[in-house]
Amino acid sequence: MAHTAVAHGDNYLNHSHGMMSWLKTLDHKRIGLMYLFTVLGYFLIGGLFALLIRLELMFPGQTLIDPNTYNKVFTYHGAIMVFMVIIPAIPAALGNFVLPMMLGAKDVAFPRLNLASYYIYVFGALFATSALFFGGADTGWTFYTPYSIRTSGAVISVIFGAFIMGFSSILTGLNFIVTIHKLRAPGLSWARLPLFIWASYATSIIQILATPVLAITLLLLIFERVFQVGIFDPKIGGDPVLFQHFFWFYSHPAVYIMILPPMGVISEVIPVFSRKPIFGYKAIAYSSFGIALIAFVVWGHHLFVSGQGELANFVFSLLTMLVAVPTGVKVFSWVGTMYKGSIRLNAPMLYALGFLQLFTIGGLTGVFLATLAIDVHLTDTYFVIAHFHYVMVGGALMGLLAGMHYWFPKMTGKMYLEKGARISFWWILAGFNITFFPQFIVGAQGMPRRYHDYLPEFSTLNLLSTVGSWFLAIGFFWAAINLWRSLKLGEKAGDNPWNALTLEWQSPSPPPHENFLVEPVVTTWPYEYKAEAGLTPVRPW
Amino acid sequence: MSFGVRQFRVEMKMKTMSNKSRSGLMSAAMMAILLSAGAAFANTPGLPIRATEVATQWDALYNFLVGLSVFFFILVVGAMLYFVKEYRAKPGVKTKYIADHHLLEGLWTFIPFVLLMVIFVWGYAVYDKMISAPSNAMEIRVIGKQWLWQFQYDDGRSTINEVYVPVNQPVKLVMTSTDVLHSFFIPNFRVKQDVVPGMYSSVWFEATVPGKHQVFCTEYCGAAHSQMLAQVIALDSEDWENWKRGKKILAEGIRKAGEAAAVQSDKTVASAAAAIPATHPQLTLVEQGKAQFQAKGCIACHTPDGSSRGGMGPTLKGVFGSHSEMINGAKVVADENYIRESIENPTAKIKKGFNPVMPTFKGQVSATEMNALIAYIKSLK
Repeated sequence: MAHTAVAHGDNYLNHSHGMMSWLKTLDHKRIGLMYLFTVLGYFLIGGLFALLIRLELMFPGQTLIDPNTYNKVFTYHGAIMVFMVIIPAIPAALGNFVLPMMLGAKDVAFPRLNLASYYIYVFGALFATSALFFGGADTGWTFYTPYSIRTSGAVISVIFGAFIMGFSSILTGLNFIVTIHKLRAPGLSWARLPLFIWASYATSIIQILATPVLAITLLLLIFERVFQVGIFDPKIGGDPVLFQHFFWFYSHPAVYIMILPPMGVISEVIPVFSRKPIFGYKAIAYSSFGIALIAFVVWGHHLFVSGQGELANFVFSLLTMLVAVPTGVKVFSWVGTMYKGSIRLNAPMLYALGFLQLFTIGGLTGVFLATLAIDVHLTDTYFVIAHFHYVMVGGALMGLLAGMHYWFPKMTGKMYLEKGARISFWWILAGFNITFFPQFIVGAQGMPRRYHDYLPEFSTLNLLSTVGSWFLAIGFFWAAINLWRSLKLGEKAGDNPWNALTLEWQSPSPPPHENFLVEPVVTTWPYEYKAEAGLTPVRPW
Repeated sequence: MSFGVRQFRVEMKMKTMSNKSRSGLMSAAMMAILLSAGAAFANTPGLPIRATEVATQWDALYNFLVGLSVFFFILVVGAMLYFVKEYRAKPGVKTKYIADHHLLEGLWTFIPFVLLMVIFVWGYAVYDKMISAPSNAMEIRVIGKQWLWQFQYDDGRSTINEVYVPVNQPVKLVMTSTDVLHSFFIPNFRVKQDVVPGMYSSVWFEATVPGKHQVFCTEYCGAAHSQMLAQVIALDSEDWENWKRGKKILAEGIRKAGEAAAVQSDKTVASAAAAIPATHPQLTLVEQGKAQFQAKGCIACHTPDGSSRGGMGPTLKGVFGSHSEMINGAKVVADENYIRESIENPTAKIKKGFNPVMPTFKGQVSATEMNALIAYIKSLK
């Protein structure tokens, strides 16, 4: 292995010192960590807003905050979680750290552009956050017209912030595509690419093709608000449904920007902790592209009751059904990978299995919503809220946590504290299900989303959901504190604690400034797990 | 509405079956079939009551999906848990090198595909019923505004946040908004339709259960979004006659109906009587439209009787529902949206043989007046 020469102790963390060495770094690993901390910071803010939403909904009537404040709170929760947390979380944070190393590269193709992407993201995020101090925005993260044109407040700040962050997303996608094409190590043919790379590639394509449409849409919205150009508001000659088409033309593919990268993480974690080749490598790789492709032609399923017309509904429902096929292929392949394996339940694997449980529910309930007649009753109710939280939180955040624990030893050179990681996992899994499963039921019963108040019939399930949110919060805090403590108390990790075959593990932990001490040469695919070679299995406690 | 947690219990029961492993899978599949069949004769646990034929069909499909989901959930998560237990790492145990299996992969691509297509077709079939209003449907106009629902009836009356309909008779709501997006959602009927400013959309239902049926606004519309509630009050034939005559004995009727359907609490039923306009307005909706037609000066250029006004404007006799050709060659069906556009933005579509001379009436015709005008034009057969 490549790390025999590790002795001189130079790594990316101690390669240079001081605040400025971080702020001006071109090292993809440092940029990845800066993304990670920013994302986690926003996750804390978005999460606090979520707790506030649940507290208000704990009882019917006004519990804590008035309707106007409530409307702002759910707007921030949604906008922060979507634009500032989940979209950049895995591609930009983990992706930046891991992707070049997995390719055996010294860095991404355009390191300066990479740093610029980070600052564009931060600038956009701050711009959007500034709305908090200038009257706020109460449009919901979807900015539906004509409400978003007519309501008062700092709507433009939020919209323009999202517009700016879009550029960051586009540039990161571009950077990754070029990196994957040009900077693969000798011997790393396309057929040997790790599935995380395939997932990142598919994600990047969506980022560069779909995000510009959002940018244009948001710009049109700003024009309409500022200059009263009639585009979306019927009062001045616009068409409000047109906005929904534009918005979802981006925002539906964006859902796959959020879910494909965690799928990539899961595809890495499950074989490593099962000591088996990934089952159906090609099927998983192709299915990422299948999903990315279909992602562009299903936006209309958000508009089944908008009045877009029966033919459009017919086509969009049919196309949406197709998404479930490649998605199912992935899920079955992951489970298939575990068959006759040698399974170790370390925290990354636990989170991956948690992902499977939650994502399966998220996916299956997606079929409900793709079914035309069923969607008519369920759309804009809590059923939809539950569905996309199962996908976005249950899927994307579980994937992020799996990845953070999996690569923690590589990033820091230390092992995370296993016991705490497992405890936090159980809190999160239980808390998540208690919070969101009742929302399927209350939604099917008819409770609409974005309600500050609800009928007494919905009380019990809402109370349950609120209590669940506390479990979930405890779990997240526990995981964060545990990782923080691991930085100090964690054992020395060694270069390849999981005995994994992808290239990032064939380098010292933490990796040196230019990733590898000797240029890696690839001779096999990354899932050549043949046996439990001399590893002591982790004891289940 | 029968809100409750019974649906939850059903699903929990199904989940516990997973412990019995393989037989559990079979039972879940059986359960799916049973639930779909059961949908034919009773309210579904955990769902609002079923108060239309469409709702019955909806529940059957929904229950099928629940059953199928439980089956696949047990399949995936059951297999996952079983593998974790069975193949937990043990010292010295080697794993089997399996990288793919084409038959298996083909099957788990093909079988879900077929199932999804069945679900799609089934979903479309129910949807088609949901949106195809029978031609004899009684029309009621709905205006959504921040934050109330207004209803206009043929007889000229109008109500706020309560809409009175007969049972066992199709009713079509023709809806628009005067400000932002709203959405009209009746859980007991399983129907919902966005209400969009600047355009008419419609939703129809045929209530089979007398009583009060909750209406929610389901498109976020601002501060009092969650207070934008209404009730569909479905009346049996006797009560419907009373309502038509404006009689007050309704309250008793609704109470009876309410008890029969086990909907809503007593206090909401009791408040219903007060809101009913006891006296008829002098004019029906068509008559109101006719008055507007005179007052707004429409009659100067458009005749209601088929005669010509020297080519100034087309006659409006028989125009509603007709197909006509525009000067740019486009074919247009004269529906509510077309009539409204022709009043508010007359130059958008010019009928062949006429000139773009009509001034705009945008901002001069209120939503209620517009509904009356359309009702009047519709009556000119």
